Amino acid sequence: MTDASLATSGAPARKGKSLVVPDARTKRRNAAETRFKAYGVAAIGAGIFFLVVLLSAILINGVGAFQQTFIQVPVYLDPAKLDKSGNRDPEEMKKVSTFGYSPLIQDALFAEVQAQGVDTPLDSAKAMKEMISASAAAQVRDVVLADPDLVGETVDFQILASSRVDGYLKGRVQRADVARDKNINVEHLDLTDALREKGIVARRFNMDFITGADASESRAEQAGLGVSILGSLFMMLVVLLLSLPIGVAASIYLEEFAKKNRFTDIIEVNISNLAAVPSIVFGILGLAVFIQFMHLPQSAPLVGGLVLTLMTLPTIIISTRASLASVPPSIRSAALGVGASKMQSVFHHVLPLAMPGILTGTILGLAQALGETAPLLLIGMVGYIATNYPDGVASGFLDPNSAMPAQIYEWAKRADPAYYERAWGGIIILLVFLMVMNIIAILLRRRFERRW
Amino acid sequence: MYDAPNSERDVEVKDIKITAQGVQVYYGDTHAIKDVSVDIEDKTVTAFIGPSGCGKSTFLRCLNRMNDTIDIARVEGNILLDGEDIYDKRVDPVQLRAKVGMVFQKPNPFPKSIYDNVAYGPRIHGMAKNKADLDEIVERALKRGAIWNEVKDRLHAPGTGLSGGQQQRLCIARAVATEPEVLLMDEPCSALDPIATAQVEELIDELRRDYSVVIVTHSMQQAARVSQKTAFFHLGNLVEFGVTDKIFTNPTDPRTEAYITGRIG
Ligand SMILES: Nc1ncnc2c1ncn2[C@@H]1O[C@H](COP(=O)(O)OP(=O)(O)O)[C@@H](O)[C@H]1O
Ligand SMILES: [Mg+2]
Repeated sequence: MTDASLATSGAPARKGKSLVVPDARTKRRNAAETRFKAYGVAAIGAGIFFLVVLLSAILINGVGAFQQTFIQVPVYLDPAKLDKSGNRDPEEMKKVSTFGYSPLIQDALFAEVQAQGVDTPLDSAKAMKEMISASAAAQVRDVVLADPDLVGETVDFQILASSRVDGYLKGRVQRADVARDKNINVEHLDLTDALREKGIVARRFNMDFITGADASESRAEQAGLGVSILGSLFMMLVVLLLSLPIGVAASIYLEEFAKKNRFTDIIEVNISNLAAVPSIVFGILGLAVFIQFMHLPQSAPLVGGLVLTLMTLPTIIISTRASLASVPPSIRSAALGVGASKMQSVFHHVLPLAMPGILTGTILGLAQALGETAPLLLIGMVGYIATNYPDGVASGFLDPNSAMPAQIYEWAKRADPAYYERAWGGIIILLVFLMVMNIIAILLRRRFERRW
Repeated sequence: MYDAPNSERDVEVKDIKITAQGVQVYYGDTHAIKDVSVDIEDKTVTAFIGPSGCGKSTFLRCLNRMNDTIDIARVEGNILLDGEDIYDKRVDPVQLRAKVGMVFQKPNPFPKSIYDNVAYGPRIHGMAKNKADLDEIVERALKRGAIWNEVKDRLHAPGTGLSGGQQQRLCIARAVATEPEVLLMDEPCSALDPIATAQVEELIDELRRDYSVVIVTHSMQQAARVSQKTAFFHLGNLVEFGVTDKIFTNPTDPRTEAYITGRIG
């Protein structure tokens, strides 16, 4: 066939309407389709817009928490004050509280200011104490107790600056506001500016925000998320160890073994309903059952984990059943056909194929549990000041602790705006954890699916 | 002894492998099989034909109790395998299915290697003492499934990567690996192209030497080509059962005649 033959083979006269000119109906249909696509694009656009706004708000507000202002000063560790007996015995030296250290640090800062020749109306060491964090003394004390031989020497320290100085560097504290502030004066801000020029006051990356413990209301500069991250991890361990086996076993039984009857129908409906029950209901259930009835310790990650297990189970069961149901029945017949028992067909063939779905569901359930705050409210994990690291695994499960979202909520509640910044910073850490979990879910799914 | 050529369809009486007496199957309220009695011979290919929905698959699945897996299915009557009632309370369907293998309509290899597909049955039945044993069983089964030559170099490639016809022969190899005595095939060629169909049909004819083969087919030509005995089902009834040649050339029941001449179905 050639073009010529096509062209010359006498085209029959056109019957009815032309294909080249769309009729009214087609036009209407096409217009509707175009409109629909536009709605879709608009919806996605709006979604992306809000996502970008959210993420940038979190980043802008939160990155500050990862940086902290430090003052670099050489501190003379005066033996006369720190080790009166003079034999460098750590037990003896522990008797000197942080009150013994504070004057040394203030003197050191005063001396440093003098040495640098900075002109300031603050004319005593005491007048400069507003520059220094209340936890600076503990910081120095920890170093000294760890190495008693340092006493008598002059050691360079990165002292935590007070929350107001930190806020001034981050733009949170304005000169205009200082007039009403009892904690700091304009002179301190002038001094801060001067010391910053000399490189003595500077912002640095603050690892303690990620690893540290919570601090009291007035010491925002010291507060960290570390202890509550551990609390969350211990809870997640409980949730994983309980909800995965229980959830998967329940799903396998319901999906593969149970006869479909009234009773299993009721169970099914109730599991779906449980997934929609507000999480605070699980919280009060946990309070009643685990704490008031079973007398488990309050605020303990074990109890938190148990409550979150109750909350996560329906999610895991639903996703596991869905992935079991999506395994083609022909695989089951094939196994039964060669004489496998029901259990062999499930464990050798169905379960491995359902695994990616089960794991994804589990990790997403865990992620949901990780971000859950409301049920923790009722078992005392919100409001608990997480200042102590658990020592050992048992203590990790049983000693009072907080959890990441609870800690964030706690910080957001506190009056000092320095804590507001830390709340945003905590959100960033929480989101990083969630993102990592989601990525693991995706990788696991890929890995298992690629098997063939 | 030599194989009887095709034309000389053995009319001589063989041992009866399976006897079904007054079998009724209900799916809930649907009466799917109505009082079917039939004798299935050893070392013979028996074909079940009939219009779709007439109960061929249902009856086939009675023979290895696959219907047990359907909650609403209920089977009545007696089915004897070598004189033993397979629906006896003491019979474990799992053991029965090792004796009565099954090949399904759609090739359904496990998403595992070719080797593991075939080795699975022997493994769970503890048929091999060691790896060498298992290798031998797998090789023999693949040879019986007439697919050895095509896959012997890639035993560890996925079974799902084979062509449809190869997959079906792999499934047959998988079924024979457990040394069954009866092989049930539910429309084994319906998902295959004509060349693959011809290969599988040839294989079925060979399998007859060792097994009693029951094949469901919607193709009358196929029944005529591969089977020695044919059963014609219609609306759950076994209308006619006899020597294939006779059914196709000289049916006694008008419904059979109507079906094979293409008037119903
Ligand atoms: N799992 C099932 N549940 C309910 N009814 C079924 C089921 N399987 C088959 N049937 C019914 O049983 C009858 C016979 O089906 P089947 O044995 O599959 O026919 P065939 O294989 O001859 O096409 C049909 O009416 C069908 O609707
Ligand atoms: Mg069928």
